[in-house]
Amino acid sequence: MKIVLENLTKRFPNRNKKGGADVVAVDNFNFEIPDGKLIGLLGPSGCGKSTCLNLISGLETPTEGRIYFDGEDITDLPAENRGVGLVFQSYALYPHLTVLRNITFPLENLKGEKKMNRHEMDEKALEAARLVQIDGLMERKPNELSGGQQQRVAIARALVKMPRVLLLDEPLSNLDARLRLQTREEIRRIQRETGITTIFVTHDQEEAMSISDMIVVMKDGVIQQIDKPQNVYNDPKNLFVAKFLGTPAINVFVGSVKAERLYIGDDEVMTVSGAPDGNVYIGVRPEGFVPDDNGGLKCKLSGIEIMGRDTSILSTHYAHEGDTIRAIVDSEEATRFTEANDASGNGTADKPGEVSFSLKPRKVYLFDRVTEERVYCKTI
Amino acid sequence: MKNNGSKAWLYLLPALLFLGAFMVYPLIDVLIYSVEEGYNSASQSYYDVGLYNYSYVLHDPYFLQALRNTFLLVIITVPLSTGTALLISLGLSSIKKLRNLFQTIYFLPYVTNTLAVGLVFMILFKKTAYTDGLVNVLINLFGGESVDFIDGPYWAKMFVLCFYTIWVVLPFKILILTSALASVNETLYKAARIDGTSKFRIFYKITLPMISPMIFYLVITGFIGAFKAYSDAVALFGTDLNAAGMNTIVGYVYDMLYGDSGGYPSYASAAALILFVIVLTITVINLMISRKNVHY
Repeated sequence: MKIVLENLTKRFPNRNKKGGADVVAVDNFNFEIPDGKLIGLLGPSGCGKSTCLNLISGLETPTEGRIYFDGEDITDLPAENRGVGLVFQSYALYPHLTVLRNITFPLENLKGEKKMNRHEMDEKALEAARLVQIDGLMERKPNELSGGQQQRVAIARALVKMPRVLLLDEPLSNLDARLRLQTREEIRRIQRETGITTIFVTHDQEEAMSISDMIVVMKDGVIQQIDKPQNVYNDPKNLFVAKFLGTPAINVFVGSVKAERLYIGDDEVMTVSGAPDGNVYIGVRPEGFVPDDNGGLKCKLSGIEIMGRDTSILSTHYAHEGDTIRAIVDSEEATRFTEANDASGNGTADKPGEVSFSLKPRKVYLFDRVTEERVYCKTI
Repeated sequence: MKNNGSKAWLYLLPALLFLGAFMVYPLIDVLIYSVEEGYNSASQSYYDVGLYNYSYVLHDPYFLQALRNTFLLVIITVPLSTGTALLISLGLSSIKKLRNLFQTIYFLPYVTNTLAVGLVFMILFKKTAYTDGLVNVLINLFGGESVDFIDGPYWAKMFVLCFYTIWVVLPFKILILTSALASVNETLYKAARIDGTSKFRIFYKITLPMISPMIFYLVITGFIGAFKAYSDAVALFGTDLNAAGMNTIVGYVYDMLYGDSGGYPSYASAAALILFVIVLTITVINLMISRKNVHY
């Protein structure tokens, strides 16, 4: 089902007694969620993403704006009539009911012609349980289940009445790292199998990148960018989006453009055709650095870190914002670099040396110093 | 291990000594008194051992009256007070404004002395030469006839006693239940709302099971407390409860020991043990029922 948000705004009254402006949790949202897609609402905590989810679910009423499900205005419809399934961060399973009764709970509320008998309910519940692969645990109580299993029960309960929209609030944040990987694939699979339009909220960019069809990046109640995951990464609209997506994070330098030449501090690093002159922030993805003795960017080497398949060269530069520049290089380059270093005696712990990089043009983004909007990026 | 065992007993010794001296020994003593026939506390003598004391107590019309009063009191006040407390707590937790004020007001009776409250009830209910009491004034206002609640018919006296008991135990129950209601996870309600659960079903299927351990606790302590009622009756009807026909089991025990008919520790012990058996039975039944219906 297609969801359209139109000028959606939610303001909370300021709690401070001295007055002060209202808190705008969701500020003038306009976007369209196509039918059958998996959408990730991504942003740091407190950016209003859960509020947005609650508005769609009907747990909160918007201050302004409308919400449409398939063209039907449901803004004033109470939560129970919207046909949404919501999975809470804490799962909110009823602790005194068995898994089976937890899953049948929404069905027991149905009235009129939709009313089912016990047998039909149990059938439906088993169907939903099979989908999330917990059909062997039906008689257990929630506290006899692991976190991952509880999560699945919560999803089954949300799915059992065949909602038009499935909403997931930080679905993976209570799981350990390994289970998180597994469960997010699971969510993807369930969403594909059911074809239900799904919106999930997360502050973990990796989670959002890995399973969403589309990412909505938010900050302070304002949408920063809506796009496919890879596009948000490759084509960030502003400095915030560039910083928020990608691990390790993007390296940000202060610098300037003069006559289509890019300077980081005083180092001339590359030509940027078409970029306007002026002071800029320069964002370079960790994979955008190539160790190169003739490279323009001269940094002080502070260490080399090998983590599994990745080798990072850590260095510092006076024009860099933050502590260390992290450059991820491929293994061949890394070997060549370390061997050269060993030969010259540079870059060991006792003798800090220098490292020069040239930059991969496609991994370099320029942002306006004031507005932080992106002003240049080499398009593919 | 053996060494550990003896050490454990050593550590337990102080507690065991105290419990033994002040709990186990008196209990056994009561049991012994209750079977010693014609026991005289002055000469510490008795002439036979048997169940005559029990038989006497169970045939004593005053005891039977006390038994009936106590059972009525228990059956009426425990469900009513728990139910009322639940209703008030639900109301309290659904309002935001003035909530603290109301909570304080409802809690006031708890910190008020029983006898002082009894005095207030006397003023409300007692008929004197000058006034029929505030309640009777109200009854008259609606066209009813004055009732003597303190010296009048049995049902009127029972009504006042129950009313008073409920009023006295209510604050504690409200306190427990409001905190139990507050501890129910808010997201459960949200989840239920999303699923279109009606208000009544939310209460019946979620709230009630979630606070059932606390309700159970209140019912058990309520039963025990009501069975042991005494001071409430004294506060309302004075010390000669047998004359007023409003005695309770504990009141009967007290009368047998110290009252006008006093000096019979054996009868008192027998009555106390009968009370003990009744309370034990009721509590066991409660526990058995709770096993099915209480969700921890």
